Amino acid sequence: MKTFTALAALLLLPLAAQADESQIKLKDGPGKDKVAIHCAVCHSTDYIPMNSPFLDRKGWEGVVNKMIKVMGAPIPQEDVPVIVDYLTRHYGKS
Amino acid sequence: MTTRREFLTRGLALGAAGLWLPQGRAEGLFDIPVPTLPPGDVEQSVMATLPGKRPLIKRTWRPANFETPVALFDRSDFTPNDAFFVRWHLADLPEANDPRLAETNYVLKIGGDAVENPLSLSLPQLKREFEQVELVAVCQCSGNRRGLVQPHVAGVEWGYGAMGQARWRGVRLRDVLNRARLRKEALEVVYDGLDRPVLEKTPDFIKSLPVWKALDENTLLAWEMNGEPLPYHNGYPLRLVVPGWTATYWVKMISEINVVSKPYDGFWMKTAYRVPMGKFPVTDRFISQEVPGGPNTPITEMVVNSLITNLEPNQKIRAGQWTEVRGIAWDGGRGIRLVEVSTDGGRSWQPAELGRDLGNFAWRSWSYRFKPRKGRYGILAKATNAAGSTQTFQWIANPAGYHHNVIQRIDVEAV
Repeated sequence: MKTFTALAALLLLPLAAQADESQIKLKDGPGKDKVAIHCAVCHSTDYIPMNSPFLDRKGWEGVVNKMIKVMGAPIPQEDVPVIVDYLTRHYGKS
Repeated sequence: MTTRREFLTRGLALGAAGLWLPQGRAEGLFDIPVPTLPPGDVEQSVMATLPGKRPLIKRTWRPANFETPVALFDRSDFTPNDAFFVRWHLADLPEANDPRLAETNYVLKIGGDAVENPLSLSLPQLKREFEQVELVAVCQCSGNRRGLVQPHVAGVEWGYGAMGQARWRGVRLRDVLNRARLRKEALEVVYDGLDRPVLEKTPDFIKSLPVWKALDENTLLAWEMNGEPLPYHNGYPLRLVVPGWTATYWVKMISEINVVSKPYDGFWMKTAYRVPMGKFPVTDRFISQEVPGGPNTPITEMVVNSLITNLEPNQKIRAGQWTEVRGIAWDGGRGIRLVEVSTDGGRSWQPAELGRDLGNFAWRSWSYRFKPRKGRYGILAKATNAAGSTQTFQWIANPAGYHHNVIQRIDVEAV
């Protein structure tokens, strides 16, 4: 496969995703759909529970910002707080 | 668990009374916290099978990050290829049947502004036209044991098994670079594999070595491990082997090498895989990647480490019978000189018997026998290398969670 664009990646996701990662069950709650759309473009979402629960809101904000600024994730600015809220509530340090 | 302060207080009180702790107590001089992986990591970690592999500990599915169970390091100096750990940074890999990976098509390009004679080599050419060499070396992820550091640090939450040992076969990178004829300005050797990011904006996984390390006689372009072609997930058909240095430099499916006259400033060198300056007893410096007065430096050689391979926490052992404690010890290439074992929580130490010596870049197996009485025993192991470096009792904190070489403690019960 050659490198493709974010849009193509989204369209191809059901094919590109390994069958085995379908067993990952993220916790239900507002923002879960945004996480599924944006994070799963480049990696399986087991990265999220794997890194829990030890990050606080600032920690998860740092992770999301790294994905945008360093890794080039095309996450719209208005979705960022929704994603950070979801991660903090369900996978954050209590 | 007794805190250090409680222990010290009690120790002082006991000392004042002219008493000392009874023999065989698990509490010792060294209050090493019991390492625990993040709960979410434990929950996600299932045994799963990648193509060409036996069931391994799955940390993440995509990119695939799979860990070797510790029991597979016990009494085995060569980690089986199908059990060797898997670590990818980027999810866009060539399919296993991609024509570019075929032996007859695979091409390694060597270029850059600091070579006089850019060239392309096929695999048959590499195998035919250069001297073939073999060596045994540990391949260990920089972040091996990251999951055990406290407080936890974000990343792949590895336990003890992001490592393995193999007999690698290939040609010296030095011989290949010599054919490309390095100019005197050559500073770094920059290299890339066929793994690619999913998004164009994500930094490709490109690494560099200082020229001195690239020209080291032990740095290899390898196509074989343990007498077999590299498994797909360990870099088929060709990977770099950088003995002594952490696996971040051992780029898989290596396809392009550029020798350059300026420091390479890509993300995976300039920002990632860095450790704080001056905190580790590192002697292999990568000076062209340092900024004078800067806070950090690229991770380079592995720190001295050891692993107990035949005991599990709270295991029951037989009182009155000889019990063997076994494990492995390794470092960044000086060679292991001594492994000491404590069975009383760190109060006293005895030298272990060292197993066969497979070279300075290999781990050294070791074993120690003792006859326990009934009670709990705190078993510790500590390795020392030929330079006198040893392991730490407390993790040397660094932001990315590297270089965990805290002395392991396993409490067992003799019944």
